[in-house]
Amino acid sequence: MSLLALQKRMAAALMLPLAPGDHIDPAAPADYIKPNDRLTSLERLEIYSRSYWYRLLDSLYEDFPGLRAVLGQRAFARLAKAYLTDRPSASWTMRDLGSRLEEWLRQNPAFAGGRLALALDMIRLEWAHIEAFDAQDKKVLGPEDLLELGPGLRIGLQPHVRLIELQYPVDDLRVKVNDASEEHGTASNAVLKRKAGGLVRRIHRLPAEHIFLAVHRQDFTVYYRRLDAEEFRLLAALGKGLPAGQAMEAALEDSPLPVEQLRRRVEIWFAAWAEMGWLIPRSK
Amino acid sequence: MPANRFNGFTDYGIGVGLRIPHLQHILEKKPVVSWFEIISENYMVDGGRPLATLDRILEQYRVVQHGVSMYFGSAEPLNRDHLRRLKALVKRTKTPWVTDHLCWGSVDGRYTHDLLPMPYTFEAAKITARKVREARSFLEVPIAVENVSSYAEFHESEMTEWEFLNEVVERADCGILLDVNNIYVSSRNHSFDPYDYLNSVPPDRVAQIHIAGHSKFAKYILDTHDHPVIDPVWKLYEHAIRRVGPTATLLEWDDRIPSFDEVHAEARKAEKYIAAPVAVES
Repeated sequence: MSLLALQKRMAAALMLPLAPGDHIDPAAPADYIKPNDRLTSLERLEIYSRSYWYRLLDSLYEDFPGLRAVLGQRAFARLAKAYLTDRPSASWTMRDLGSRLEEWLRQNPAFAGGRLALALDMIRLEWAHIEAFDAQDKKVLGPEDLLELGPGLRIGLQPHVRLIELQYPVDDLRVKVNDASEEHGTASNAVLKRKAGGLVRRIHRLPAEHIFLAVHRQDFTVYYRRLDAEEFRLLAALGKGLPAGQAMEAALEDSPLPVEQLRRRVEIWFAAWAEMGWLIPRSK
Repeated sequence: MPANRFNGFTDYGIGVGLRIPHLQHILEKKPVVSWFEIISENYMVDGGRPLATLDRILEQYRVVQHGVSMYFGSAEPLNRDHLRRLKALVKRTKTPWVTDHLCWGSVDGRYTHDLLPMPYTFEAAKITARKVREARSFLEVPIAVENVSSYAEFHESEMTEWEFLNEVVERADCGILLDVNNIYVSSRNHSFDPYDYLNSVPPDRVAQIHIAGHSKFAKYILDTHDHPVIDPVWKLYEHAIRRVGPTATLLEWDDRIPSFDEVHAEARKAEKYIAAPVAVES
């Protein structure tokens, strides 16, 4: 058997979902592995299969605490196994493991139970969080970049600024999940149980709310900043590379706000973005 | 002996793996450590805290890069995106040599994120050596390959693990990151004499040594890096140093990580073997 053929067989076998009791699927082909005096071929393969599944499930578990809270631990475990079965890692880094989760869940909505929209929102927030954490930090826009001020000016956004439009206030929920997780090491079991119950009830009753969010990084910490609809659209248009004039037209033309009020807001927004270092020069 | 062309002619001493729970301690207390080993992939990102922290470490310490996902032994070609990012990191850290494992872990573009064992065949040795050469030529830095712990052997194998290691490093003309704990673990799992393995390793190719702890189960031993080094592994290390000479040595501790001082103290146990007068075999 060639090296490629052997590696294909072994990878396919160890990626088969684990059977109950975390045992390897008895049908997994293992005839290319030598048994020894203590372990059969399948048992030797099982060591690798368990290691594969534990490692990848742990990684998803750590990356999506909010989704775990939305779905509950058992439903999350079912979703994670099904997702990894359908979409094995396609990247050399486990950081990218959840990159296709939103797309996959849209195609497999049953795994979200009755909370598809909420689950999708949480996935988008948590993936944006991962991207914002280690995205590039480019040189911020400076006076030297503003020599050609005017409607033709093109401005870019820092790669760590991620804009997402959501149907649920999952930002608040994610912060609460984080707080609960941090308390886990200090509070008593009784307190933890009460708080976990409270969080679950809050998730069940979470009302829909259309929000616009920037997930961004400041001093190496990821933050969630809610934006006005117009502010969100303007940032998105700038991020797409539209010149400032066109971006403002596209973002603000349908706004119900009076022009004078919009002008004041735009000034405030630009000042805030500049202070946070969100704006970068865009090469022509 | 420690300085050779596979470790950039350096004479590094006892190093410690740079791990997140220790970062604050290291940056605040500035302990005296010969060098730190980093997991390359943890820093092959575009920005943010990982790179900022690494830069602070680099201001004060020497760093050597150790990778976990080059997969020299995978039948498919090297991942160019991985290589480009690795090269950018090499430039940043100025690592005198780069290490990764003699294993495979991906096929058909799917990644297992594991260090899977090789079939010890001439075909596999040829493919692996070619990829090591390609990587070295791209990275422009010496490469040393590490022997892994394994839990399975293949019917296809045509030679022993140590013969395979020699076949690869000779064909690739690369160095060896000799992991004595991995030799011990595999020797117990596959019932061979670890000294046969050690005695076959070409001393002049050893760029670095790894030591670590492991976990014992009823029917096999698992390389978990979550315990102190056991005496039989120290004895193997002593034997390795006797053959190879004082060599840059690193303690790996990746799970249930104790305080930095505890890890450092465990690593420094290697000093007595390195300091002992040795008759280096050639």
